[in-house]
Amino acid sequence: MKKIEIVQNILEANELIASQNQRLLDEHKVFAINIMSSPGAGKTSLILQTIARLKDKLRIGVVEGDFASTIDADKVKDEAAAVVQITTRNMSEQCALIANMVSHALKCLPLGDIDLLLIENVGNLLCPAEFVLGEHRRVVISSLPEGDDKPIKYPVIFANADAVVINKLDFLPYVDFDIAAFEKALKGLNPEVRIFRVSCKTGEGIENWCSWLLGELKASRTGK
Amino acid sequence: MHELGVTESIVNIALDKAKEAQASKIVKINIVIGELSGFVPDCIEFYFDFVSKNSIAEGAKLHFELAPAEFRCRTCSTIFHPHDTTWTCPECQSQSVEMTGGRELYVENMEVE
Repeated sequence: MKKIEIVQNILEANELIASQNQRLLDEHKVFAINIMSSPGAGKTSLILQTIARLKDKLRIGVVEGDFASTIDADKVKDEAAAVVQITTRNMSEQCALIANMVSHALKCLPLGDIDLLLIENVGNLLCPAEFVLGEHRRVVISSLPEGDDKPIKYPVIFANADAVVINKLDFLPYVDFDIAAFEKALKGLNPEVRIFRVSCKTGEGIENWCSWLLGELKASRTGK
Repeated sequence: MHELGVTESIVNIALDKAKEAQASKIVKINIVIGELSGFVPDCIEFYFDFVSKNSIAEGAKLHFELAPAEFRCRTCSTIFHPHDTTWTCPECQSQSVEMTGGRELYVENMEVE
């Protein structure tokens, strides 16, 4: 019997493909956002609002990740410059997108004709936290009906987000969501995070979110 | 479930290293898994039998070492392992804390013949 020391990150293979994805995106000057949330928090709604506000300024592509169905891709296909649907139902990872799936999606997209790529992850606050895809920014959406305790319950995804969008602000009169408590817990885990309070239903706050997105995209280009 | 891909990675790492060491059988694989990582040892074990079938890893025992959640308080620098899930510093009650451990997921070593 012999002991072999290894100490090798099990997620290394995913991280390697993610860095290849990012290199490909950078070559084509595509700025990619990984949008994560629990099911129903408003990922598709935020994508539609973002396209509506920015489509005159940017060519926007979308990658839709879902366990099953093309419902979300159908919703955005008339609005986006290009859409690819990834259905994870028959894949080895079903609960989150992984870098390899995005690598295949990128091959189906006209990257030269896209400025901003919005990647809608599978609705889940746990698994997507573990798999980087090659994105430039990580965004988590939390909606009011879900409750204000999500950063405490799912610390990893919130601690590693560049921005958090608090959606469904129009529900405030009907639910007991303490925005101050939510933001305090979130800032505790992640002091640098940008927070946006929006309602994808009424459009409130979407402008702030879009100007941040535009600013990040421009900063990434001048940084090159 | 995302443990299938992770299990495939574990088997690939183990088989690569076993080949380098010219081993004929993998007896035991020691894996470190963070308390805050979203991976479940039971699921990895479940998939392992199926993924390792007909390889020199078939029948190997998986041993999981759980790495505890660890935080550093940004206010008073105390490093602590939280006993509950409020992620509050036990010394100064600050909620401004940095996650410093608990996300590990790596193959530490293995025993081969």
